[in-house]
Amino acid sequence: MEETVSTSPERKSFLQRWLPHPWTTVSLVLLWLALQNSVSNGNLLVALLLGITLPIYTSSFWPQRQTLRNPFTVFELVVIVMWDIGVANVQVAWLVLFKDPSQIRSRWVSVPLEIVSSEALTALAAIVSLTPGTISSDFSDDNRFLLVHCLDLEDADSLIDSVKNRYEKRLKRILI
Amino acid sequence: MNSFFEALIALHIVVGAFFIFVGSFGLLKLPSFMSRLHAPSKSTTLGVGGCLVASMLQLWAAAGTISVHETLITFFLFMTAPVTAHFLALAYLHTQRSIDESLPKPSPNSNWSTLLNEESMTHSNSVRISEKSK
Repeated sequence: MEETVSTSPERKSFLQRWLPHPWTTVSLVLLWLALQNSVSNGNLLVALLLGITLPIYTSSFWPQRQTLRNPFTVFELVVIVMWDIGVANVQVAWLVLFKDPSQIRSRWVSVPLEIVSSEALTALAAIVSLTPGTISSDFSDDNRFLLVHCLDLEDADSLIDSVKNRYEKRLKRILI
Repeated sequence: MNSFFEALIALHIVVGAFFIFVGSFGLLKLPSFMSRLHAPSKSTTLGVGGCLVASMLQLWAAAGTISVHETLITFFLFMTAPVTAHFLALAYLHTQRSIDESLPKPSPNSNWSTLLNEESMTHSNSVRISEKSK
């Protein structure tokens, strides 16, 4: 493992050393401005200071530089996830209020995965957990399967199909 | 602030409160630990979301300022809620692995990462040590 994480400074370019994670910098700046709830010169200065120093200090914990491809797909994915959260909320609320608890078919489903990067896996697990009715519980030791617990599910194939076609397909286009 | 905005804000609060109620009711009604874990995900998404949208609308209609703190609350909740659920599920798997027989195996030669038992861990460790000593 030690060989893969190179710490020699001469092998990194100027940008790689001072902006190891550009997207983290952008989101930290936006986050700080949103926390202050106003955009002024002083706020912008502190935001830039935080956005540049924090990624440099934490870059040794996060050696690979992750690139976001297809920014439009990010937008598409967010809209789809929001829509699914709304629909699933109503379904699960109906289930909780009116269905006999002994009739609820809770079960585990093992979803085979194609994405490999830890950022993409984290995003997929978070999306599955945020949608009511499904909770991502564990990964297999080789990160090839995601264990999902479903509140009420008739056939496992429809869930695997929706996770793969709705979320994973788009995540694969954004992260590798 | 006209009555249209008041009605819109009231609608958002009622919808949010309804889903928070359903989330709490689910905790009471659902039979098993893992199914009870599903209930709070409704409160954190549409429940809190509805109240926060109402708060943003209220500030916008009454004071004329756009507040982004509410979106930050949603953002932080969306980041932390899956982690909590994930850790609770992992704790369940650790304590109940012998009882829950419906748990599928991922593939014949792998297992869920939290269920790797101590024997195989120490075995692989000793293999690694013996490989290093060669």
